[in-house]
Amino acid sequence: MNSFLLQINNLEVNFDTRAGTVQALRGVSLSIAPGETLAIVGESGSGKSVTAQAIMGLIDVPGRISGGDILWEGQPLTAAKVGARHILGKEVTMVFQNPMTSLNPLMTVGAQISEVIELHLGFSRQAARKRAVELLSLVGISGPERRLNQYPHELSGGMRQRVMIAMGIACEPKLLIADEPTTALDVTIQAQILELLAELRETIGLAIILITHDLGIVAGLCDRVAVMYAGQIVETGSVYDIFESPSHPYTQGLIRSTPQLDVKDERLVSISGTPPGLLDPPSGCAFLPRCPAGDGGCDKPQSLKAFGAGAVACCKAGIDAWKEAV
Amino acid sequence: MLQFILRRLFQGVLVVFGVSATVFVVTRLAGDPVSLMLPLSATEAQRIAFAQQIGLDQPIAAQFMRFLGDIVTLDFGNSLWQRRPAIDVVFERLPNTMLLIAAGLGSAVILSIPLGAIAALRPGGLVDRLTMSIGLLGLAMPQFWIGLIAILIFAVQLKWLPTSGMGTVAHIVLPALTLSLTPLARFTMMVRAAMIDELNKQYVKTARAKGLGLPRILRVHTLRNILVPFLSISGWELISTLSGYTVVVETVFAWPGLGLTAVQAIQRGDLFLMQAIVFVIAILIVIIGIVLDILSKAVDPRIELN
Ligand SMILES: Nc1ncnc2c1ncn2[C@@H]1O[C@H](COP(=O)(O)OP(=O)(O)OP(=O)(O)O)[C@@H](O)[C@H]1O
Ligand code: SF4
Ligand SMILES: [Mg+2]
Repeated sequence: MNSFLLQINNLEVNFDTRAGTVQALRGVSLSIAPGETLAIVGESGSGKSVTAQAIMGLIDVPGRISGGDILWEGQPLTAAKVGARHILGKEVTMVFQNPMTSLNPLMTVGAQISEVIELHLGFSRQAARKRAVELLSLVGISGPERRLNQYPHELSGGMRQRVMIAMGIACEPKLLIADEPTTALDVTIQAQILELLAELRETIGLAIILITHDLGIVAGLCDRVAVMYAGQIVETGSVYDIFESPSHPYTQGLIRSTPQLDVKDERLVSISGTPPGLLDPPSGCAFLPRCPAGDGGCDKPQSLKAFGAGAVACCKAGIDAWKEAV
Repeated sequence: MLQFILRRLFQGVLVVFGVSATVFVVTRLAGDPVSLMLPLSATEAQRIAFAQQIGLDQPIAAQFMRFLGDIVTLDFGNSLWQRRPAIDVVFERLPNTMLLIAAGLGSAVILSIPLGAIAALRPGGLVDRLTMSIGLLGLAMPQFWIGLIAILIFAVQLKWLPTSGMGTVAHIVLPALTLSLTPLARFTMMVRAAMIDELNKQYVKTARAKGLGLPRILRVHTLRNILVPFLSISGWELISTLSGYTVVVETVFAWPGLGLTAVQAIQRGDLFLMQAIVFVIAILIVIIGIVLDILSKAVDPRIELN
């Protein structure tokens, strides 16, 4: 028995498309401890959402989990479908990117929240509605009794995301996965939603996996970071280490291409080129074509190895790859 | 809401007025009503007397005004064939048609939803291909033919069911079955397509992530979302059934409803009965339209009634 809530080992997800097999996840391993906040960052198409969907059992045809396993408190999550049900939606929940489409347009907010409470906690309809009112005020929605009978289209985007979060924490989960929860929202609303997540983490001791493009919000909210590139995790480490001394050339590039307000006279780098196609990914380092430090030695498969306090998948981990490129 | 109903009723009155005017004009254009309605052997004196009796000697405008006045009081004159008020004949036959439609369309509605939903779960799967093939077959066969085949098999060969008429529960089985096949095929295909659409939507992912099982997601989440399009296609189907399909099916099975009566009225040149039937159906169609709009609004609060 170990102390991790969730552990993913060597997860592989393929999508069988007409053009061929898209290898969306190519051996992803990560773990999260109770109460911890983990950020998953990486550019578009790197596999962040697929990772979240795999955890939640949402990989559909043409996709399939073709290798590896997902353990919840040491037990396989995908194996026993019926057994997994009171874990999914109760102990692990998910908030999606687009609050405009994530709620059922023809069900009241109250019905959509109560539904999970009735299902997982066996509450009566009335008790569930009472709990829904509490939840709505907990996520900062005013006049919760009135909101209960409203439909999603009567709510703003920020409010809908709050409703999604209320639904997500309804059964006091141990882990909340938020896939770009603020991307679709205005900047001011974004900040409020992130603040709410930070608050909930303290009040109910929630572990959070936050998927994002935005390194700015990672620094403020998260304990640990996993950086994804082309279906693999290329570096993990504490937020401090990742920002102060990134060890993988891709992470270094990511951080040095993000403007930071508190650093004066900083020259930004830009990572030119695009990630490899996942139909036929290279067997060696996927970052090689874009890496300023790459050479012949990088043709070999790169696997995540302990480096410093974290882990890095790069045979030249720790070198300053962008020194020349600036 | 009240304002909406009032406005729709007003529109309905206009529609019914338009229908009445059309009926009036068409029946008079179609030939001389007197020779249509009287037997060939009628004498000239009888013809003139008859024309006076029903007001055909008046100028056309006066005739139309009188016609309008009469229909407001539901007075369509006496059916020539039945020798009693035409509207009475309509109201006597209407419930039989309603019963047939309720049985036929009702079973189509009830069956199509689970069939379409199951087909949608695995598009291209066995159930899907089976329902689709049967559905296409149902759409390809004209109803009179389905009816005749059904009579041949179940009534003539197997002798399980009566061939025609009305009376026992067994009598309604074949006509209702015949009436239901085409709508059943149409409904099932619609439910299937709409369900496939809905199941791919993001809110279904949310529902799954909540740990809800597929049966509940279908029953509670997606069904509600296909209800509005389903309501509107079943409304159309109801209207086509009322104004068309029943004529064929009732004739094939000698089912004494409004459709059969319409055929009989035409055969007998019973102009007044014909007018009464057309008028009542027009009113029913207007009412169906209003009820459908209100039901859709009840299902989907985003719909604006106007
Ligand atoms: N249904 C699908 N069919 C085929 N390929 C898919 C499917 N879903 C995802 N993929 C592929 O999986 C890869 C990873 O996608 P994913 O959605 O996880 O990216 P992401 O990191 O979340 O990107 P973004 O930041 O744009 O959300 C992509 O290359 C994508 O093309
Ligand atoms: S393995 Fe080589 S190419 Fe890949 S990131 Fe490291 S240095 Fe660059
Ligand atoms: Mg994504």
